[in-house]
Amino acid sequence: MPPKLLSYSDVGSPVHRLNGVTKLIAFLLFSIAGMVSYDTRCLLVMLVISLSVFYISKVPFKQYSFVLYLILIFSALNQLAIFLFSPEQGVQIYGTRHELLHIAGRYSLTSEQLFYQFNVLLKFAVVVPPALLFLLATEPSEFASSLNRVGVSYKVAYAISLTMRYIPDVQQEYVNISTAAQARGIDLSKKEKLGRRVKNMAAILLPLVLATLERIEKVSAALELRGFGRKRKRTWYRSRPLTKRDTLVIAGAVLISAAVLVITFWDGSRFYNPFV
Amino acid sequence: MQSSKGFSVKTVVAIGIGAALFVVLARFGSIPTGIPNTNLQTNYAILALFALLYGPWAGLLIGLIGHTVADLISFGPWFSWIIASGVFGLLAGLFSRGIRIHDGEFGGKEILRFNIAQIIANAAAWFIVAPVLDILIYAEPANKVFTQGLAAGAMNMVTVAILGTLIAIAYSKTRTKRGSLTREA
Amino acid sequence: MKKPVIEFDQFTFQYRAQSEPTLRDINLTIHEGEKVLIVGPSGSGKSTLAHCINGLAPHFYPGEHSGVLKIMGADSKGMGIAELSDFIGTVMQDPDGQFVGLTVAEDIAFKLENDGVPHAEMIRRVQEAAAEVEFSDFLDASPQELSGGQKQKTTLAGGLVGGAPILLFDEPLASLDPHAGRATVELIDRLHRESGRTIMIVEHRLEEVLHCPVDRIIVIEEGRIVADLPPDELLCSGLLREKGIREPLHLSAMRYAGCAVTPEIGPRSVESVDLEGCTEQLIRWHEANLASPKSDVKQPLLELEGITFGYDPAKPVLQDVSLSVGRGEILCIAGRNGAGKSTISRLICGFHKPSSGSIRLNGRDLSRDTIRERADVIGFVMQNPNHMLSKPLLYDEVALGLVNRGVPEAEIRDRVNETLRVCGLYPFRSWPVSALSYGQKKRATIASILVLRPEILILDEPTAGQDFRHYNEMMKFLMELNSQGMTLILITHDMHLMLEYGQRTVVLAEGRKLADDTPARILGNAQVVEEAHLHETSLHILARRIGVQPEDEFVSRFIRSDRRMMN
Repeated sequence: MPPKLLSYSDVGSPVHRLNGVTKLIAFLLFSIAGMVSYDTRCLLVMLVISLSVFYISKVPFKQYSFVLYLILIFSALNQLAIFLFSPEQGVQIYGTRHELLHIAGRYSLTSEQLFYQFNVLLKFAVVVPPALLFLLATEPSEFASSLNRVGVSYKVAYAISLTMRYIPDVQQEYVNISTAAQARGIDLSKKEKLGRRVKNMAAILLPLVLATLERIEKVSAALELRGFGRKRKRTWYRSRPLTKRDTLVIAGAVLISAAVLVITFWDGSRFYNPFV
Repeated sequence: MQSSKGFSVKTVVAIGIGAALFVVLARFGSIPTGIPNTNLQTNYAILALFALLYGPWAGLLIGLIGHTVADLISFGPWFSWIIASGVFGLLAGLFSRGIRIHDGEFGGKEILRFNIAQIIANAAAWFIVAPVLDILIYAEPANKVFTQGLAAGAMNMVTVAILGTLIAIAYSKTRTKRGSLTREA
Repeated sequence: MKKPVIEFDQFTFQYRAQSEPTLRDINLTIHEGEKVLIVGPSGSGKSTLAHCINGLAPHFYPGEHSGVLKIMGADSKGMGIAELSDFIGTVMQDPDGQFVGLTVAEDIAFKLENDGVPHAEMIRRVQEAAAEVEFSDFLDASPQELSGGQKQKTTLAGGLVGGAPILLFDEPLASLDPHAGRATVELIDRLHRESGRTIMIVEHRLEEVLHCPVDRIIVIEEGRIVADLPPDELLCSGLLREKGIREPLHLSAMRYAGCAVTPEIGPRSVESVDLEGCTEQLIRWHEANLASPKSDVKQPLLELEGITFGYDPAKPVLQDVSLSVGRGEILCIAGRNGAGKSTISRLICGFHKPSSGSIRLNGRDLSRDTIRERADVIGFVMQNPNHMLSKPLLYDEVALGLVNRGVPEAEIRDRVNETLRVCGLYPFRSWPVSALSYGQKKRATIASILVLRPEILILDEPTAGQDFRHYNEMMKFLMELNSQGMTLILITHDMHLMLEYGQRTVVLAEGRKLADDTPARILGNAQVVEEAHLHETSLHILARRIGVQPEDEFVSRFIRSDRRMMN
């Protein structure tokens, strides 16, 4: 059995009770603010907020432990790559140089570089909790109606709903096809030479693609038969009216992001510079 | 595929299920090359194929939705590359427009066009869009992101050229008309 | 006379991609509140007829028509699929393709959402529709948690929710086990009686549908209506056999015994058919047929001993299962979904390792053999041939396993050609696989395994979704392989298949072996039948009604005569 995808489960926290629209807006605003800002103070505040909301949500650790592990590896590799490629990036950005330790050749550790890389990590860390929360504490059914409500065309919104619906089925199909292929001696592991491995992959992808195209035909017919796309607007079974709590959270998210942007660009630079 | 009321039902379904396939392949369908952390991403071959079959808008959305979901269930969203995936799907679809693969037409000329389209799309997405956005959003070092973009783009070009072309040819053969075949003794 | 709701008048339909019309000169009127069954072999045009009614043809599958088709009195020409869906709720065969919602409630609501029905009304109508199919407790379930039958219930509720006066079922039984199939037939019947909706069922599994009464049966062959009769008359006309549709087994038994089968005795249902005039004949026939010879004990080829396995050790999928397969035997493995049938085949093929127990072939322990090594002796054929076909051309497909094993080219050519001849596919060797028919594709997948010269073939539902003619062709082919010495393990819940071809059946329930006996005795055991999601056959009921003991002996004798009559 392949590892299960991250899955929604209702633990009934205040975060779970929020409307999908609210969570989507908060997630988007935080993501944008987190992307634009390089102001350490803002990012730190945002991270604290993110983490406390995550704490309130009571999402069980084992639901995201695997993801967390991947995130750590990815971040570590990325940090290493940045340093290897450009050990003086921080010096360039902040305009000063405080060397802490010379390593070898052009590599030395500077406070600027450390601070810069800390910020890169921070930027990513700020976005991860809301993203995970949006995924783990929002009923997948609410994704589509929420997106439609914030202005995405209902057809695109429904396509996303179909993605969530058919990921497990396509995954099962992939497992079935590759199992049958392995039984005939089609090996994808490192035991085979690269060229053969690519060829073998094609032998699995072809039936998978053809089965997917067939599925697209069937599902389209089913959608047509139940009148999908006949009107300019559609309603959603899983939509809920916004409550007072939702309005408050949205207002809060707007205010925080606006504040972040204002503070960040107050001095004309998106970087907060502690060295001058 | 776009009517006055927006996407046709089939395009909507192709976007949804195409993105699901993209996600599954992102997770299970990468081929290790032997170089650490460098895998052939088969899902881009599929994205190019779907862009060819269902058009540039489908390509754009499969790239955006597929990459976002795949990122969310692995290591969190990395926005610059998500956008680059969308751009790849869009351009691959745009430049391979007019290839009538549904009618079984996919000979030498079409193969060449498909590959020119995917090379332009890969170059634009990974040599330009992804690194430039990395610099704009994350202020990452230019030499690092361009190196990463070059590596990813080159790998994807190879993957699409081999797997994308192979599968497109195989698909076009499934569209052969029955009347053209005779039994042999 | 009741008001007509569907009227075909000299209706002819031709798909754009076809050179010939698929439906010709159809004249057919269906009245309000009727329940009509449409039968015909694959390719007869019966599905096209359904597609013309719900608008998939010509709006989804392009084509041209002549003549007139009126739905609810209006010409269908001016209506799109969406407008037609206000009158006709459709249930198709593939449960996953139709279940488009993330939960049961959303899937039922789908049509209402598209029609822009306000939220409060939508909730109410979804609850009503769910209650109508008795599925209210599952509104929040996701499709991954449901069985095929439960998914179909959802789709049915989704067809009811829009208030359509006509319900159209396109091969509703094709992907269900016998138990779920029977439940569907009963549910359709209840909806018909309680709501007075017009019901059309397109299906080739006649006996299962006739479990409940229908008003008329329409037989389609080569695009034309060849019969339009009440069920009892049609069953007596002998037309079904002629058209390659299997008649109910109890009826065949009565014919073999020389009973006069007339509409007056009500032959539709084995429970209610009047047997007064033929009990004696049936008993005489039973006694005249020789007792079945005891099948000789076969030397064991594959032995499973004390197999326990679970993906999660706390929840074993298989618990202490032992079974053995004799050389040259045909063994069926039955059981409801999730009973562990497919897990057993995966363990045999080596995809998983059992947590305890051993698997032996010819007395040799297989636990150290890799997947590929086992594949040389044990072939596994999946249900859906499209999942196994990975090369564009037939020859390459069959050669693939050998190429991967590095067999010299000249030997590959000989072995592939020989296998293609055995499978009757030699004339098609340079064809693209996609040009083959479904049955041929299925054979191609078997060929691609046979070429490796295994000692055992495991086939998952080898005849699923095929009509009687294709079913017979496939089984005749498998019997030929068996007579040449191939051992077969068939994973199936097709009761006819089990009865007619299985020498032994093993039934799994909740990961344990529940029964291991002849198929006729298994299907006569009420508790086993229930656990395995099968149901009692009409032959067992017939035997009981005429008082023959043991019932399974009657069944076995019937099967033997039937086999003689067919060949």
